[in-house]
Formats: sequence, structure tokens, C-alpha cells
Amino acid sequence: MTTTSTAETSTRAFKFSWTDSFLWAIRVMAIFVIVWGFVGAIALGVEGNGLSADAWKQLIISGLAQGSMYGLLALGYSMVYGVLGFINFAHGEVFMVGAIVGFFAADALFNAGVWESNFFLSIFIVLAVAMVTSTFTAVLIEKIAYRPLRDAPRLIPLITSIGVSFFIQNAVQLLVGPAVKTYPAPPTWLSDPINVFGIAIPGTAMLVLTLALVSMAGLWLFVERSATGRAMRAVAEDKEIAALMGINVDKVIVTTFAVGGAMAGVAALLWALMFRGVSFITGFLPGIKAFTAAVLGGIGNIVGAMLGGLLLGLFEAIGPNVVLRGLAWQIPTALAIVLLIAGVMGVVGGLRIERKGVVVLGAAAILMGFAGVIGFTIVIPGLSQLKDVVAFTALVLVLIFKPAGLFGEQLGREDRA
Amino acid sequence: MDDNLKKWLPWIAVAAVALIVIVIIAVNSGGDDEAATTTTAGTETTTSAGDTTTSAPDETTTSAPDEKPEPGPLGAVEVAPGENIQIRSLQAITGDVAFLGIPNLRGTELAIADYGQIKGHDVGLGNPLDDLCSAEGGQAAGQTIASDDKVIGTIGTSCSGAATAASPLISASGGVLISPSNTSPALTSDLAGTAGESYHAGYYRTAHNDLFQGAAVAQFVFEDLGLTKAAAVHDGDPYTNGLATAFKNAFEALGGEVVVFTAVNKGDTDMTAVLTEVAAGGPEVMYYPIFMPEGGFIAVQAGGIAGMEDVVMIGADGLLVDNFMELPETEGTYFSGPNLDYGNNASAIGTTAADFLAAYEAEYGEAPSAPFWAHSYDATVLLLSAIDAVAVELADGTLFIDRQALRDNLTATSSFGGIIGTLSCDGFGDCGAQRISIVHHLDASDLEAGKSNIVFEFSPNS
Repeated sequence: MTTTSTAETSTRAFKFSWTDSFLWAIRVMAIFVIVWGFVGAIALGVEGNGLSADAWKQLIISGLAQGSMYGLLALGYSMVYGVLGFINFAHGEVFMVGAIVGFFAADALFNAGVWESNFFLSIFIVLAVAMVTSTFTAVLIEKIAYRPLRDAPRLIPLITSIGVSFFIQNAVQLLVGPAVKTYPAPPTWLSDPINVFGIAIPGTAMLVLTLALVSMAGLWLFVERSATGRAMRAVAEDKEIAALMGINVDKVIVTTFAVGGAMAGVAALLWALMFRGVSFITGFLPGIKAFTAAVLGGIGNIVGAMLGGLLLGLFEAIGPNVVLRGLAWQIPTALAIVLLIAGVMGVVGGLRIERKGVVVLGAAAILMGFAGVIGFTIVIPGLSQLKDVVAFTALVLVLIFKPAGLFGEQLGREDRA
Repeated sequence: MDDNLKKWLPWIAVAAVALIVIVIIAVNSGGDDEAATTTTAGTETTTSAGDTTTSAPDETTTSAPDEKPEPGPLGAVEVAPGENIQIRSLQAITGDVAFLGIPNLRGTELAIADYGQIKGHDVGLGNPLDDLCSAEGGQAAGQTIASDDKVIGTIGTSCSGAATAASPLISASGGVLISPSNTSPALTSDLAGTAGESYHAGYYRTAHNDLFQGAAVAQFVFEDLGLTKAAAVHDGDPYTNGLATAFKNAFEALGGEVVVFTAVNKGDTDMTAVLTEVAAGGPEVMYYPIFMPEGGFIAVQAGGIAGMEDVVMIGADGLLVDNFMELPETEGTYFSGPNLDYGNNASAIGTTAADFLAAYEAEYGEAPSAPFWAHSYDATVLLLSAIDAVAVELADGTLFIDRQALRDNLTATSSFGGIIGTLSCDGFGDCGAQRISIVHHLDASDLEAGKSNIVFEFSPNS
């Protein structure tokens, strides 16, 4: 009798410690790689073997520009989720339709010579065309595909949105063909750098960032200050009570889709300015990334969506270079020995005072010291190919620490349940 | 009544769908039957119409062996009198890559028509099979072909990925597979006597081996342009990865240095990171044998990256397409690819490129949408000639085709005339003319000029 119970306890303790130690080993490796990579990237830069300061600036600016586009798209995901509680996967297609129709406007303007002679008027027209198209598409999708399913379980509109997404992609492919269409080049003076606080930013990136910030500010004012915005927040909080208070819920939902669509239209213009090439699959990947950005910032949270987008863009641009490039740096022997000693002390001390965090840090330091002593380095070929991996790993790490996203979810009463 | 109807409606719907499916299947198999009858009728017509040629088979009959020869280790195919010699076409004929596979299929159809009968038998192509440009497609079609013991040879596949799956199946069944457009070195050999990991006996191709293309680009950069520091960028695809690696190895063998070897993801749009990585290595030339749209994003964004201004850009045949070349930023780009200037090269049955293109236009009402039609035509003529050479006519008019003899005959191919140039097979199935050219694109408003502006030619076999 006694023996059996002891055996049971020991098995249980054994199992527990296995999973546990595995998880702790992952933490040790993560700290090992991130710290080594980060310090290595700086050290390589100081030694003159890493990226130049200009290259870093370039990466950061392009990351922010791309991120601001993700942010604008993320708004659409976030707002619809806040109000209706499902992910509208067709939102990427709303953006793509705006970019494709905008292309035809831009092409016509280019052929008429207006693109060259009056660039700002041209992009204003293209912006208007893209916004109107995207808004119209978003509202149409809501009317045709989602409204009849308003009372269906949450999964049904989700699956419908995936179907709508395929439908729009294929329809556009049939209508305009599968080839990539390229917007006319912006005038050369636009790519001249503009000095902002001593940092030279290319005009294109400047224009993209300005447009994004202005639209985001406009949207924020609309949601926070206008009567319609207040109604939107009320519907997001509780549809039934909002209806009792005399709010036309259907109208508010249409407005939500329209505003999300308009932001997708702005994103379409930013895409055109940055990348110029559009095709029927253009919406897919940015859509997924923007959805991720919305989760990163906290779904339902408008400010969170914008900042989540910017962060995701930054992660993608500099992530591989910050973390992975630095692994090529060989830890100097002197530092390695110090790390070994400190690591052993950390592990022993951590065990004694029963603080797992200290043990983990100590173990990571031992690994680093060991790598330094044997002169171990990792040179990863094709770094840039790993940017999505790095960005999504960062995202998972963030969500492990803050499951509700960086800025917190904002959901209605029924969604929290 | 209403309730009853509601209750039964789903079942009625299911029954209706089932009925439609059954009807479709019935119609399709009926269609097959019909096709079979027509073919037989057709054969009959040809035999009765071919009175003038009756003397020829008669002559052969006298010298024909009375007894069936002993089949080789791979077995043999017997084609009864009045039956067709069965070959197959396995190309990407639906989906994104149909533009490549359809001209390949048509090249085979025209070659069969031009070649005519083999020892009194028509050649039948059956239903065209689809490789879907994927391993799954190659696997499924490979099984169909391998399980049909009447099939002697197959022209295909369009894509290297499909061949990786189809080649072992067809090889194991004793058949032969001749591809007009697979270029991956893994399917044949490293050109130094080591078989590729996906080489299987019975695989041949008239397309070039990527190693030759890599070597051609390396030689052009190192010797003609006189540059020694290069970057190579692929997109993770076996084709682009293989080509970029081939270039790297050849360039380093010549004494050059590949300072950056990296990749983009398919679907990427922001190329700042990869271009920054390339610029940090300080190359003088960048080889990026990738496709649209990623290639376009690289070309457009390279201008804005410090350190990329003076880098010479070289793409490959994947970028030699109108919507890339129309970008003003691509002016000055070089492109490597198979040499498509066929001049007056004549196939073993006398067809030139001009004859072929006229026949193609007349038959299908358009120009070929991809350049490997010539390779496909040559592959088919090569197969039919080999069958013709090894087929033995028995006393009862049956055609006896030994599978091992067919492979031996193909492997021994040497100085065989083709539209693409002279075909000679090495021991691992590389039979192509291996002629590579590099063109220089100078004017985004005149694409044809760019496509024909050959600045470098490479042909190891001549």
C-alpha cells in the first residue's frame, strides 16, 4: 500500500519535471539567442562589420512605412471584430479591389499627362477612387454576405468571409487578368530625401507616413468625438441596449464597414506609392499581416491596431538583423570567462534562493560563455527570408506575456464571455 | 404538405446532385468509347488508304522473325495490327503554369502529325495528362501512366517538381519520360558524373540543365563584364535556388567571390531588408533568377537603397516577360535563358522553327505562349525515332517493342538533329543542345529589341 503511493507520487513528480524543464530550456535558449544576437548586432556595428547607420535608418523607415499600411488595414479588422465579433477575412480583398481600381485611374491620369504635371492632384484623385471603391466593396459585402447571417453562430460569418475572399480574388482575376499591374512611377523629386530632425527621410516614405497618420488621426477623432462614433462604441459595447437607446444598429454596422473600407482605400494608395505592383493576390498577405497586427495591438482597440501595425512593420524590417545577424559575432574570450563564472554563480545562487528566473539567466550566461570559449558562431544564410518567422516569433512572445495584446482588447459584453 | 416538402428537400437535393454526377460520369465514359471507336475507324481508313505502302510491310514481313523475340529485363510492348502505338503527354495544362504546358502539349501533337506512322501503326496520345506543376500532380499522373502497360513513352513534365514525383514511378514501370522543360540538375546529374538525387533510369530531357545556365552567367560576368564580386538572390523555389547555387559555384570556380547569397519569400513586397543585406556586402553585380511580382519589387526598390545604384542586375528567363520589362527601372538589366534563336536548325524530320510556327498558328490560331515548344517537338521526334529504330515487326503484323532496347537507343543518341540544335544524350538523360544566351534590355518601350539583343552565347556541346 505504502509502496504504491510512493511510486505514484514519484511518477507524477517525474512527469511534471520533464515538461517543466523543457519549458525552462526553451526560455534559456530564447534568452541566449536574443541577448547574444542583440549584443552581437551592436558589437558588429561598432567593429564595422555590421550594417551601417544609414542601412539601419533605411530599414526602420521602410518598416514604419510598411507598418503604417498594416495599421490602416488592421483598423478594418479590429472595428468589425469590435462591433460584430468575427474576423472579416475578406478585408484584404477590399483593399486589393481599391488598389486595382486605383491603378486604372492612375494609368488614365498618366496617359493624360496629369500624373507628371500635377502629381498631388493625381494622387488625390487616385486616393478618392480607391477609397470610394473599397468603401463600396466593404458595404456591399456586408449587405450581401454578412447581414443575412447576423443572428447565426459566430463561425458562420467567419467561414463566409473566407468564401467571399476567394470569390473576389477569382472575380478580379477573371475581370482584369492574372498579370501584375504596375502603377506609374512617382516623379523623381518625390524620392529626394527630406530632413526631419536631422534624419533624411525619402519623400515617398514621408508622404506615406503623413497620409497614414492623418487618416488615423481623422478616424480616431471620428470614433471618439462624433455622434456616429459614439453610437459605434455603444453598439460595440452592447448591441441590444444600444438598440433600446434608440441607436439604429444596422446603420452603425454599415458605417463601421464603410469606415474600415475607406481606411483600406487609403492603404491601397500607400501600397501604390511604396510598391507600385498590384495583382489579384495582392490582398492576401497584407490582410493576414494586418489581422496579426490587430491581435498584437489588442483586438477591438483602435489605437492598438494602429500601433500594432507599426510594430509589426518594424519587427519585420529590423528583426532578422537585430537578432539573427548578431549571432555571427564571436563572444570575446575574456567576456566568455566572466559569463561562465557569473553563470555558474547565478545557477547555484538561484537554486539556493529558489528563484527560477535567476537560474534561467545563469544557464543562458553559461551557454553564452561556453559558445565564446569554443569560438562558436552562427552565420545564417538568407537572413531576409526569415523576416516573417522572426516577426511572428516576436508576436508569440508578446502574446505569451500579454495575452490581450499590447494595448488590451476592447470587446462588447457578450464577446468577453 | 409544406412541412413534408421541407423535410424531403435536402434529400431531393442530394439525390439530384448524385444523379448529375452519375450522368456526367456516364457521358464521359461514353465519350471515351466514342473516341476509341473513331480512332479504330481512323486506323482502318489509313490502312485501307495506304495501298501504296502495302508493299513496304510485305517486304518487312519476309525478313521478320517468325518467333517472338525474347523480351529484355524490362519487358516489351506488343502492338497488334491495327492498334495504335501508345505514348502520353504529361504537361501543366491547367492553372497558373498552363501558359508553359499547353505549347508543350501542342508541340507533341504537331510532332506526331508530322512524323506519321511507325511501321504501319499510328501513334496515339490518349487523353493529355496534367502534371499541375506540382509533385502531387506528377504523382497521380505518373501512377496512371505506370499502371497502363500499353504506354511506351511519355513526353513531360512541364515542371521539375512534378518530374521528381513522376520519374521514379515511370522508371520503375520500365517506361521512358522525356521532358521538354525540366531544368533542375537534381533530375539528371551534376555534369561531373554523379547522378542527381532524383535521377532515375528512363528519364531524359531536351531542356537545358540549370548548371549550364549558371555556368554561362558566371562566365559572362567574370570574363565579359570583368566583375569579381557578386550577389545571388533566389526565392526558395527549387528552380530558383538551384540556378542561384549553380551560378555561385561556377562563379567561385572561376575565381570570383559571391559576397551575398540570400533569398526573398514568395509574396514579399517590401524588399528593403533583402536589398540592404545585399548592399551591405558591396557586390558589383546581382543575379536574381526569380519571378514576377517579387522580381519587379526588387527592380523598383533597388533604386532607393544606398549602395545599389551601380550594381549590374541580371535576371533569368522567369523575368523575361513583358510586365517586368515594361518597368523603366529594368532598363540595363541582363537576362539569362535558353537561346531561342533557332535560325535554320532542322529537326531530324526536316522541320524548322519557321515551319513549326506556321503550323502552330494555323492549327491553334495563336502564337505559342512559352518558349519550350521546340524542345517538346524535338523530344517527341526523338522518342518516335527511337521507337521506330527498336520496333520489330513480327510475322502476324504485331509490332514488338522492347523497353530496355528503347532506353539503350535513347541513351545512345548522338548528333540527332533538332530545332533547338544538335541533341546528344549523356549517361544521365541530359540530351539538350544546352545553348544559353544572355540578352541586354535597354529600352522599356521596345521589349522585342531587348529580347533579341543577344550579348553573350554559350554552347558547350559545339
